[in-house]
Amino acid sequence: MEDILLLLHTEPDGTLAKPALEALAAALALAGELTVGISGANVAIAAGQIAACGAARILAVAGEAFSQPRYATDAAAAEALCRAAAPTLVLAPSTSRWSRALPGVAQRLGGRVDTHATGIALRDGVPAVHRWFYRQRIEAVLTRAQRPWFVLLDQGCTAPWNAPAGEARFEIVPLDPPATRTTVTGIQAPPADEQTIRPDAKLLFVAGAGWTKKQADGAVHAAEAEQLILGFLRTSQASLGGSKSLVDLSGEGETVLKCMTHLNQIGQTGATPRHPKGLSTCCHGEEPHTVGWRFVNQRRAINLDPNCGWARGKADVLYVADAFEVMRKLL
Amino acid sequence: MTTPFQIVVCGSIVPDPLQTLEPIAGPAGPALKNEMMLPAILDPWAGHALFEAANLARAAAGTKVWLAALGPKAKLQQVMMTVAQKAPFELLALDGPSSGFADSFETAAALAAGIETIPGLDRARLLLFGGWESASRGAGATLQMTGERLGITEQFQGVDRLTVRGDGSLEILERIEAGRHQVSVCSAPPAVLGWATGYLPDPRSNPQVGMANMRTIMPALQRAKAAPVPSAGLSFVSVSLPKQQRETRIVKNMPPEEIAREIAAWIAED
Repeated sequence: MEDILLLLHTEPDGTLAKPALEALAAALALAGELTVGISGANVAIAAGQIAACGAARILAVAGEAFSQPRYATDAAAAEALCRAAAPTLVLAPSTSRWSRALPGVAQRLGGRVDTHATGIALRDGVPAVHRWFYRQRIEAVLTRAQRPWFVLLDQGCTAPWNAPAGEARFEIVPLDPPATRTTVTGIQAPPADEQTIRPDAKLLFVAGAGWTKKQADGAVHAAEAEQLILGFLRTSQASLGGSKSLVDLSGEGETVLKCMTHLNQIGQTGATPRHPKGLSTCCHGEEPHTVGWRFVNQRRAINLDPNCGWARGKADVLYVADAFEVMRKLL
Repeated sequence: MTTPFQIVVCGSIVPDPLQTLEPIAGPAGPALKNEMMLPAILDPWAGHALFEAANLARAAAGTKVWLAALGPKAKLQQVMMTVAQKAPFELLALDGPSSGFADSFETAAALAAGIETIPGLDRARLLLFGGWESASRGAGATLQMTGERLGITEQFQGVDRLTVRGDGSLEILERIEAGRHQVSVCSAPPAVLGWATGYLPDPRSNPQVGMANMRTIMPALQRAKAAPVPSAGLSFVSVSLPKQQRETRIVKNMPPEEIAREIAAWIAED
């Protein structure tokens, strides 16, 4: 039986976000004694949020220095929580914050780390982690003998734990903030009405380089393509993805889709987001693109080529049609 | 901007993304079928890190760039023929596996040990670059562990932009959730930066840069020390390709209005 430590961090409002509650559900499903470690400026709200989870202990590192996502302070907090709990298995959600800090903590503690786990379950009495290799092209199940074993769980793989908040008792782990040369100065984000990346959207809309190619009239219609895409995103509240070839064009300063950046890139060298549905347009559906669709459940594609990669068992429906014409009618 | 840096870019090789990959059981654990025969490229995110390093070196006179690459020597040599034309750098070659199934902890140990052998490396000016993840293991863990082994506790991951400010401090944009960037200022090196894509286009190949690089790259490859990456304690229960094949309904000759209606209805379904 493992001694499990679940590491969580608070959000700016002091609560725990959905990925934290998903990781809690995954931790509770494992046989083992669970300790929860929380880091943040003030952890009372977060501890109360999971008061009914049945954890043996709730430990906390609290203080203003631990409010900001920053390697030095996050790693110090996680290290202190690990030393206080002395776990064999450390679980955490794959947030940008923990993904940045926890591998270094594993190194400090002489442990091992596996990231982007899509599942963890007991197999012959020991934890076994599911994860993908080669950018979602090969799936593996692995176990480790070394402890502590850090496992970062990808978001969207487990239903979040849910119960009414209560009053929780938690133990403060004293920790002086470490010296750091880094100051977090802010967040850059597009205005809400221009934000095209929506992780919780039901639909992923992917645009391929075809949108920027010459159309039937021999001309390029990039401006109209952008209008159609943004109009569709506004009405459907979909999240926007792009193929590598399309976002690379944007980076090279060509007259293409201004709304498309590398942050939107889906595929082998981009993101593999989780959405219930995906609609691909003007993207040829070859393997490097479709690995980005690994975790999209229902898939449809619009492409002029009936023999494109989507036709080879990758999409549920392939509409052989001009995406410009279809999208004009969809608005 | 005149502050010189010492930039070590960690990056290895991965199979060309267009290649079909098939896992097999090897003597030391899982491997790829015909792994040594597969065309390889420099890992894409490590490539971005290298190009960003070269860009920074152009702006800060006296900056030196090394590429620390752990991989089979013969494959490294093939890939360097192309990479060497992209940016000036010195190669630190470590002859070991580039497999995605290798352990990040041991890989970090090999990289850190190799970096420590770089003659005259000024740790106080060190920027340790690399991809925030690889296209093989995709762990996003090796760079942090390498940094820890080198005693660097200012670390950034998913970096899209590094700006050296007038006072020598580093302003860094890191990707965070929901398409946003966190902005941080690090007062000085050393620091670890795991690069995402950045904003620089792939540089054009320059044969002259390639020829200059190859003068040091070939000896570096010949000097490459064996860097085994043991995976003791790591057991793979199963390694397989995803089997799911969809029954694709191919819809031809449907008017755009009808397609639009069908798609709208599908989107509206729960």
